[in-house]
Amino acid sequence: MPEILIISGKGGTGKTSLTGALAHLAQNKVICDLDVDAPDLHLLLQPQARQIHQFYSGNEAIIGPELCTSCGLCQEKCRFEAIVEGADAFRVDPLKCEGCKLCVTLCPAEAIEFPQRHCGTWQISDTRMGPMVHAQLFPGQENSGRLVALLRQQARELSDENGYELILSDGPPGIGCPVISSLSGTDLAVVVTEPTPSGRHDLERVVELCRHFKVPAGVIINKYDLNPDQGQDIAGYCAREGLELLAQLPFDPAMVQAMVQGKVITEYQQNGLTEELARAWEKIIQMAGRKKAA
Amino acid sequence: MILAIASGKGGTGKTTVSASLASVWPGPALAVDLDVEEPNLHLFLHPEIAGAEKAYMEVPLADESKCTACGACSEICQFKAISLLGDVLITFPEMCHGCGACLEVCPAGALTPDRRELGEVSWGQAGKIGFLMGKLRVGEAMSPPLMRSVRGKMAQMQAQSGADVIVDCPPGVSCPAVNAVMGSDMILLVTEPTPFGLYDFRLAHQAFAPMNKPMAAVINRAGLGDDGVRQYCRRHNLPILAEIPFDRQVAQAYSQGQVVAQASPAMKVAFEDLAAQIRCLASGDAEAEKEAHHA
Repeated sequence: MPEILIISGKGGTGKTSLTGALAHLAQNKVICDLDVDAPDLHLLLQPQARQIHQFYSGNEAIIGPELCTSCGLCQEKCRFEAIVEGADAFRVDPLKCEGCKLCVTLCPAEAIEFPQRHCGTWQISDTRMGPMVHAQLFPGQENSGRLVALLRQQARELSDENGYELILSDGPPGIGCPVISSLSGTDLAVVVTEPTPSGRHDLERVVELCRHFKVPAGVIINKYDLNPDQGQDIAGYCAREGLELLAQLPFDPAMVQAMVQGKVITEYQQNGLTEELARAWEKIIQMAGRKKAA
Repeated sequence: MILAIASGKGGTGKTTVSASLASVWPGPALAVDLDVEEPNLHLFLHPEIAGAEKAYMEVPLADESKCTACGACSEICQFKAISLLGDVLITFPEMCHGCGACLEVCPAGALTPDRRELGEVSWGQAGKIGFLMGKLRVGEAMSPPLMRSVRGKMAQMQAQSGADVIVDCPPGVSCPAVNAVMGSDMILLVTEPTPFGLYDFRLAHQAFAPMNKPMAAVINRAGLGDDGVRQYCRRHNLPILAEIPFDRQVAQAYSQGQVVAQASPAMKVAFEDLAAQIRCLASGDAEAEKEAHHA
């Protein structure tokens, strides 16, 4: 069963709105929100939780103030500037601690505990468009890459057990840890861009990342009519780079109106834009199938 | 002062607001792009780059001839970056967080510091605005270490110039975003008045509120969605310092790489007013507040 990932590099190009619409068009699939940091897809799909799980990952150092002798060794050795000197004892800034255990190991007073870190929650839910796997990382946490990997694992299991035919995932912005975790080993990346200098710049970086991980990519130019020249330019770039141009969608305020009503655009209206999306979906399925067959 | 321009949701206009504020800032300004995964500020400020250097992180290099296969390094490593396969020590430098724990505990002196390239830090000048950015190497997973390098350079440049610093932060509320906001004196959250905008705005507000810094909001694309963000700000006493109307002209100016504050006289005035309000909120200074009202 192919895994299809929607990404963009730049935020706010329309990933989630388009993922919602594609989820509406797709049959027999598992939907996945891999933007565990700032997830939004649930606002369109209103999932009803089937199971809710806690996500623990890594550990964090906590100094016991009654045992701390204020020798300062932990502060000297910490590479993350996570140890703060207090009046009576040292303490760990949880936002800076990376959980490397060095201070725990070195502390001569054995004053530092190292409990597991509770980083967020994840759940399997039902939506009107099928089952959905999603999560919420707590603010300031790391390990988003591990949570993404866990969600993908859950989506694959759900799919294998119930015979779903594909996994459709909304990805995080950027090109760092959670994006790499979303992308590696996926069958197809759909990159959503917009005709702006930022959209273009970030498209190129995310395409480079897809190549790095040998994931084939197709491109959707969203809001192309905001700057048709820049849109043409991006289309030219796609042709030169051998990237399939899946769709060019006009700016349409109905996208936001649909969102306000908790609907996806293909539920909200039928027009040229939604027809273009339906054609894009056919191409996506073909591309993902080709990749799987090869 | 250091002003962090942040948002939960991506694409709400952080870069637009950062570039615009820098362009109208009364007094010396240093514009810093800490969104190292997808830095965009330079696309609007068009700085002349005066210098650049690669940033690295320390990772361990194993000397097999000295390794006694005691396993102390693989036992302490929390990131699966070094492991003992039988008697052979294998390192995975891409997984390393650079904590130095393995080097610290190795009793045989078999590990020495090597380095992994994180990306590039570059700096220069855009007219009278100082400029600094970090750019993550494509394929590198960790952005906070590179952000630490950028912040180091930022402290140096700020000390030299005495400029106010405007920081364009990465989206989200996980470690990179919190890292970017942490050292600032004031946080400006840029959002859009849509359900996605509100949801992520709330996440950002909850993530940053415990830092006890002055915080305020700018609503971009005002008029586009619904009233949720405004209601939320009212309930939480979060001042809305500016609303940038949704306007095809603004969107088009941005799409052409223009600084929005320079796209029309009205926009320029709006951002000058925003800058004045920020300065008085950040300083908590009554005199500055009076000035802002006159402006």
